[in-house]
Amino acid sequence: MTAEPIEVRQEPAVRPEAFLSVRDLRVHFPTADGVVKSVDGLSFDVDRGQILGIVGESGSGKSVTSQAILGLHKGSKAQVTGQIWLDGQDLVAASEAQMRGLRGEEMAMIFQDPLSSLHPFYTIGSQLLEAYRVHNKVSKRDARKRCIEMLERVGIPNPDKRFDDYPHQFSGGMRQRAMIAMALVCDPKLLIADEPTTALDVTVQAQILELMKDLQREFNSAIILITHDLGVVAETCDSVVVMYGGQCVEQGSVDDIFYRPEMPYAWGLLASMPRMDRTRQTRLTPIPGQPPSLIQVPKGCVFNPRCRFSDRVPDRACFSEHPDLVDTAPGHRVRCHLPPEQRRQIFQSEIVPAL
Amino acid sequence: MIRYVIRRLMGAALVVWAVSVVTFLIFQLGPALSHKSPVYYYINKTPPSGLQLKLLEHRFGFDLPWYEQYWHFLSGILFGQTITDGVSTPIPCPAPCLGYSFRLNTSVDTLIGQAAPVSFSLAAGAAILWLFGGVLVGTISALRPGSIFDRIGMSLALMAVSLPIFFTGPILLLVFEYQLKWLPNVSYVGITQDPLQWLKSMILPWIALAFLFAALYARLTRANMMETMSEDYIRTARAKGLPRRTVVVKHGLRAALTPIVTIFGIDVGTLIGTTVITETVFNLRGLGYLSIQSIRQQDLPIILGVTIVAALAIVLANLIVDILYAVVDPRVSYS
Repeated sequence: MTAEPIEVRQEPAVRPEAFLSVRDLRVHFPTADGVVKSVDGLSFDVDRGQILGIVGESGSGKSVTSQAILGLHKGSKAQVTGQIWLDGQDLVAASEAQMRGLRGEEMAMIFQDPLSSLHPFYTIGSQLLEAYRVHNKVSKRDARKRCIEMLERVGIPNPDKRFDDYPHQFSGGMRQRAMIAMALVCDPKLLIADEPTTALDVTVQAQILELMKDLQREFNSAIILITHDLGVVAETCDSVVVMYGGQCVEQGSVDDIFYRPEMPYAWGLLASMPRMDRTRQTRLTPIPGQPPSLIQVPKGCVFNPRCRFSDRVPDRACFSEHPDLVDTAPGHRVRCHLPPEQRRQIFQSEIVPAL
Repeated sequence: MIRYVIRRLMGAALVVWAVSVVTFLIFQLGPALSHKSPVYYYINKTPPSGLQLKLLEHRFGFDLPWYEQYWHFLSGILFGQTITDGVSTPIPCPAPCLGYSFRLNTSVDTLIGQAAPVSFSLAAGAAILWLFGGVLVGTISALRPGSIFDRIGMSLALMAVSLPIFFTGPILLLVFEYQLKWLPNVSYVGITQDPLQWLKSMILPWIALAFLFAALYARLTRANMMETMSEDYIRTARAKGLPRRTVVVKHGLRAALTPIVTIFGIDVGTLIGTTVITETVFNLRGLGYLSIQSIRQQDLPIILGVTIVAALAIVLANLIVDILYAVVDPRVSYS
């Protein structure tokens, strides 16, 4: 690995009152071709009762982030640095045994493809029981009762009968409900949903999202919703982190991201989203180019090869200097070399009319 | 489930029947192609000539069309028959009568009855050894790919697959029997007669045979296990907070072993009639040894009988595996 110039970072201090606080998280995978910097300096907070959306293309580091929070990289070759504070506990420093106690109990995860995420050889019921009994020392009968209640709560009809069915006997939506029941069976305070609706059809998507929102209100849990679907974010989240090339390029409240986005990548995401409330214009505007290689990250701003506005920054700074994530308004942070006034002006005059 | 088993049983019976027809026909071809009387292969290496030969052929039914001869053979297996040359005292041969070796003056059933327990002992003992050994080494290797254990284990495995039994067998004999004298002069004894002596006589052949197969199974388990451990449901199991042992054994190994069970059944079934080299090296009189002997003597009734018994073993092993598979993997439907 070549020596890198020392970057000056002003990371805000850990907010002690936040339920989950991630600071300068880096997940690097050493490979034969070089170090893959899947996540490179990510910071965010989530409070209880709040839903944080993490948005970005495939390979932008969303899923790697969520697995780092759960400590699933422990025991692999991945190098995880930075801080992850959950309810006053540092998860990066925690041992695998400590993490195991927290997984399922304090924080749980819902995965993208419920069919491949459920074990094909065990019944839904036994997988649910297993999740409950690993953290709760109760009799099999009590655990079974609790699991059936949970299946009923997530909207599975005839839960006592479906309890003994195998995953392949469930429909896609029912499987994801079972996954959610499994994640929530121990009342975790943090729920990470990694593209929970991507594998489902649209009507089921809405039901699952509604269910997650209900359950969140009921249990007052914190949720991290990982998705590439801005529609899902707009509908459910309180705050948003936009990731690109393993870095946070913009973060703020849902309103900040949807009504006052300032980073050209966020503009691109908005422009490539289909909208039903507008007359059907010519075409959606895709972001040109490909996501960056995480081994050979572009010098300067990670987004520079695809950015339409890099020529408006003097001295080609976008190609030489890595921009910092800087506050542009309270709670709204942007990583861009364009001056804030110019960004707002470009958004109003060039982006909004094309949306 | 019951219907599934019955259907599979009927299928298996059909396969065995087909094997009996095909082998019988092939063995008809032998005499026909060499322009020698079947009497030469079945009864006497120096058959009489002329009229006496014709008489002998007639008495044993070799002048009948092949399908009548086959029916005679099949009804012998199903209902038994009486072996007679029309001159000496007839010899009763109860079902399943696989034939009679006139050269050894013994019924094929008796010969197979003596040889089969040896082959079963050899195959079963070796199978247990290699299954546990191979799966254990493969699993540990898969959990720590690239570790010292993995490298040594896989190098040993490569060596074991490359070394033939006629090399490892004599080396084992040389070391443990002739040099260390731990197992001097043991010969096979039935397990019911003297279990300790049986164990002593089988341990070296087991090791020689298991060494080879354990290597294959270790590599297979390692590959399967590595694939399984990267499955999404393993990540789910970890995300639930399950202890590592549960994740590896209950979630990982259970799924990784399923295809291995299939191969295991077929391997054991196949081995019962084909451990010729091991049996020869360790001087065991099993089915492999019997078939080699009878091929050398061109004693067709024995070859025919051994072939059918070996086929039966493979078909049965396959049947058991298929039924087990349906129990192990709930996605396999019985219908």
